[in-house]
Amino acid sequence: MDEITKVVLDYVVKEYIEDGDDREITPDTPLISGGIVDSFSMVSLKRFLEKKYQIQIPDADATPEAFDSVKSIVALLARFKKN
Amino acid sequence: MAYVDSVRTIYQTELKGLKEAGLFKEERYIHSPQAADIEVEFPAGSSARRVINMCANNYLGLSSHPEVVKAAHAGLDVRGYGMSSVRFICGTQDIHRQLENKLTEFLGTEDTLLFPSCMDANAGVFEAVLSEQDVMIADRLVHASIVDGMRLCKAMQDTFKHSDMSHLEEKLQEHQDKRFRIVITDGVFSMDGDIAKLDQIVALADRYNAMVFVDDSHASGFIGKTGRGTHEHCGVFGKMDIITTTLGKALGGASGGCVSGRRELVEMCRQRARPYLFSNTVAPVIVAGAIKVLDLISHSTERRDKLEWNTVYWRKRLTEAGFDLKEGESPIVPVMLYNAKLAQDVARDLFYEGIYAVGFFFPVVPKGQARIRTQLSAAHEKEHLDRAADAFIKIGKKYDILGKGKKEIIEKYGM
Repeated sequence: MDEITKVVLDYVVKEYIEDGDDREITPDTPLISGGIVDSFSMVSLKRFLEKKYQIQIPDADATPEAFDSVKSIVALLARFKKN
Repeated sequence: MAYVDSVRTIYQTELKGLKEAGLFKEERYIHSPQAADIEVEFPAGSSARRVINMCANNYLGLSSHPEVVKAAHAGLDVRGYGMSSVRFICGTQDIHRQLENKLTEFLGTEDTLLFPSCMDANAGVFEAVLSEQDVMIADRLVHASIVDGMRLCKAMQDTFKHSDMSHLEEKLQEHQDKRFRIVITDGVFSMDGDIAKLDQIVALADRYNAMVFVDDSHASGFIGKTGRGTHEHCGVFGKMDIITTTLGKALGGASGGCVSGRRELVEMCRQRARPYLFSNTVAPVIVAGAIKVLDLISHSTERRDKLEWNTVYWRKRLTEAGFDLKEGESPIVPVMLYNAKLAQDVARDLFYEGIYAVGFFFPVVPKGQARIRTQLSAAHEKEHLDRAADAFIKIGKKYDILGKGKKEIIEKYGM
């Protein structure tokens, strides 16, 4: 697992998984469509990524689809980090 | 653009999708006043069936109380049917202010402003009192109307894990650079029936210089020893910065809500809250009824005491029978079934046994958390609860779920 994937995965587990919830989260786990993260709570993830990687993710790109798994989030990050 | 066939087809397909996903909501026609016993026509076109109502927010049984109905009649006679105005043009009668003062006293705040509903109060309050310099930190299970209100506000949004005080503390630390921090929670959470840890929230808010907002819609009138709400229950009466609540549940059940709290915050709502500014005043008949409700419950705790007894008794009956209940003390008692279809099947069978209770499943509750939410009322007599418990046990046996916990029910029926 590369460094960015690990950072995002660790944040998702810490921020969204309740104590006592033993679900295993992998880079492919559906987060929003799987009911783990709702769109209301997604804002803290977006803010974390922007702060950590010094980027701006426009609201139009911060879609539930783009945030639906750690893998898709990493892909989104790659796009904005390049730019 | 005309409403051409292709447009109609798109909506029809969407509605069909809701039906196929089991998310289509159907109203049931009630042919009687709201009460413990009601007459329900379901499915539409069938003859009305007399059933015990286990799903109303009629916590204190005041929705059809003779003294409330009488007071509402008097209000209609002396102050008319409608005001045909928003509050600030010509829609404020003496009785509106009288009700606001009574709510202020009852809730232990500095001032109160009526709204057409608590949904409207929640939709308007954040935008009226906060700006870009501020942050709203909400429990993740707050009511949908709070989520909508937060989305309308320019302040930064953040959330904390449900009732997780260490997570809230992290968030409060993270946002120390903001002008104002406000912690936002429901008093009693409507789906699980659990009570917010308001004492700990107030302590954290004091430590990190934050305001506290509570929506006490499922608490006002009956939670706490004299029914003032969650803040009374948690020993922090008088310490809330903003309370929103409804007249549409325990407090008569008609409609209307309010923002109650610090004087300046309430005044900001009067000046700026759009649902207050741009919708009609609460009708005089409702105001008169609500004043009577507050008089009744301010002078006696008999009804909330009976509700408390009913809640304890109902929990005892279902627990002894082997149902898997969500822990809690409020009159919201969720019977956990986990599987969405099972929840719907059990609710349907209960209806044919004369018990009206509703199944809740995703997206109203998280996936795999389907349940039947039962709600107690001071209008229930012990005989109602015994009949309802007997019906639950009969249906519980039919589906072989008695004595089974989460793991076993999911093994049998799936998520």
